[in-house]
Amino acid sequence: MSERLREKLNILADAAKYDVSCSSSGGNRKNDNKGLGDSHASGICHTYTEDGRCVSLLKILLTNHCIFDCAYCVSRKSNDITRAAFTVEEVVELTMNFYRRNYIEGLFLSSGIFKNADFTMERLLRVVKKLRLEERFNGYIHLKTIPGASEELIREAGMYADRMSINLEMPTESGLKLLAPEKTHQQVTQPLGFIKNQIVQFKEERKIIKSTPKFVSAGQSTQMVIGATPETDKEIMQTAALFYKDFSLKRVYYSGYIPISYDNRLPMIGSQPPLIRENRLYQTDWLMRFYGFHVNELLNDANPHLDIDIDPKLSWALRNLQHFPVDINVAAYKVILRIPGIGVTSAKKIVQARKFGKLRIDQLKKIGVAYNRAKYFIKCADSPYQLKDYQGSQIKSFIQAESQSKYLKYDTSQLILF
Amino acid sequence: MYNYVFDGSFEGLLCAVFNWFERKPGQVKLQTEATFQPDAFMPCLQIVNEREKADRVWRGLQSKLSKASLRKFYCTYLSELEEGYTALFEFACYLFAEGPAIENNYGNPYVLALSKIAKKVEREKHRMEAFIRFQHNADGIFYCGIDPDFNVLPLILTLFKNRYADQQWIIYDLKRDYGLFYDLSKVEEINIDFKQQPKTTGIANPIVSAKENLYALLWKDYFKSTNIQARKNTKLHVQHVPKRYWKYLTEKQFEQDQPEF
Ligand code: SF4
Repeated sequence: MSERLREKLNILADAAKYDVSCSSSGGNRKNDNKGLGDSHASGICHTYTEDGRCVSLLKILLTNHCIFDCAYCVSRKSNDITRAAFTVEEVVELTMNFYRRNYIEGLFLSSGIFKNADFTMERLLRVVKKLRLEERFNGYIHLKTIPGASEELIREAGMYADRMSINLEMPTESGLKLLAPEKTHQQVTQPLGFIKNQIVQFKEERKIIKSTPKFVSAGQSTQMVIGATPETDKEIMQTAALFYKDFSLKRVYYSGYIPISYDNRLPMIGSQPPLIRENRLYQTDWLMRFYGFHVNELLNDANPHLDIDIDPKLSWALRNLQHFPVDINVAAYKVILRIPGIGVTSAKKIVQARKFGKLRIDQLKKIGVAYNRAKYFIKCADSPYQLKDYQGSQIKSFIQAESQSKYLKYDTSQLILF
Repeated sequence: MYNYVFDGSFEGLLCAVFNWFERKPGQVKLQTEATFQPDAFMPCLQIVNEREKADRVWRGLQSKLSKASLRKFYCTYLSELEEGYTALFEFACYLFAEGPAIENNYGNPYVLALSKIAKKVEREKHRMEAFIRFQHNADGIFYCGIDPDFNVLPLILTLFKNRYADQQWIIYDLKRDYGLFYDLSKVEEINIDFKQQPKTTGIANPIVSAKENLYALLWKDYFKSTNIQARKNTKLHVQHVPKRYWKYLTEKQFEQDQPEF
């Protein structure tokens, strides 16, 4: 019995791992029924995989049986792999027992489509209902929305899940057509839109009737697979920006494609996953969400791809030297945020500290500014007088020489695949 | 210059601040009894703990500092570092002399030191919240022994109490020899006599419940299965989970023999 359970867990955790979202934050389910768990303060990474990714949720598929044949997916119908399926009870037991030992923040449950969308969604719903109602589990639950499932089922699931997600998979419609002819972006945008409206509606009702249940309180997210199809970074990030705006998404995840198929529409097995590119996309995402950049400032027709050797903030600054140097003793917070080498925390500290007198270089360093990077872009109380203006390319080479760009030792050829 | 010697308690520290304002002795060097080395050339003053004085200083801090700064103050105390005590003392004197505006003056070395030490303590707290692995013992209690760099038990108490409301648990600080015990209604401080029981960090207690080994094994399996070999990045892994914490982690324990079920 336990051997079979181990086997299932191995298969169904392995099949679920390509979904990279791991976040368990944003929940607000308090443990007020003396049950188990509290997603109010969740967001802890309990361990990290050997590839350095956060493990905070038990991330599994209910089953890897699937009636579809999406080329980029290990669970696709035509793939010759061992199939397995958990029972509802097994998922509940695993979640409860892992949580009790402080292994996890909660459950991330997804599934291949068996029989049809509603049949699958109904099973997922049974798991979350049992956890919440019978086991009084208040930990974090991230549930996949199954494309094509009925609105009643999605709505009910939303009352028990903290987060729901549905993956866009390919950043453009044409990419999706190529690899998953049975799928469309519309199948994704429709439930995203439905859930978004429900979230708004439940919130409105809660204002009037306090006892209105919570609905997907940690919001929705989506994932795009990067590097399986030939999109530019500009196309990817414009899609992301649009989805953030249209569906109020909490997160967009970018998952570098891991070759798992000999299909000639896809990068070969054994080719490197585009990890640096993935990292640059995440940096761009952060700049959009926390640093006040508009996607078009970072990526546009003149610059459709992100630089691989320097980060997108530095690369923007070098293209826009007319905005610099910035006097950090007078500039507005949002201008300071745009300086390479100064992050959100340092920017906030600068604005606080300068009230007590003009800041000097040594103070900036202590506050946490990466001065060797920032110095080309700022003025402070004791900035050395600079005789000549450097060109962007000169600054870039100075900075790279100093940081001995840790990225360059990777093979960058993977990025010129298309 | 004076040597101020206090007993290492929070009360003692606050009394040192009180004393300084009462006597205004100029510059002083604050030390704990544990580390104090008498110096023939420097007069020394032993701080006497008085609850009332400590309370007055604490109320003063509460009225002058934001919640975030008060938390930093407390965390820095829990660091148990000599330089932390000095920073707290100097910070408090600076605050009472200059007024609340200075709390965010990161140009001042003590304001900055508080911020930095508190950050370290918060990080250790966070790591304990993440890396504690309960083991379900035969007596029904979920147990974990830890030896954190700083005295973080008071900081992690609430999180564990809120989460594990329907199970009994013990988190034991082996270094400081005290622990927290939750008995399904309240959390108490306890001392365990380890002469009766083996002293272990994290896991590896032989007296476990029937299903404990199964779930530990399933968790290890999960940890392996969720890894993506093509993305392997050991450097990043070790950066997130420094090796000295591995002893806590069920998923990092590898036995020679697979247990039988
Ligand atoms: S529908 Fe989902 S599980 Fe099935 S093949 Fe496509 S991506 Fe994979």
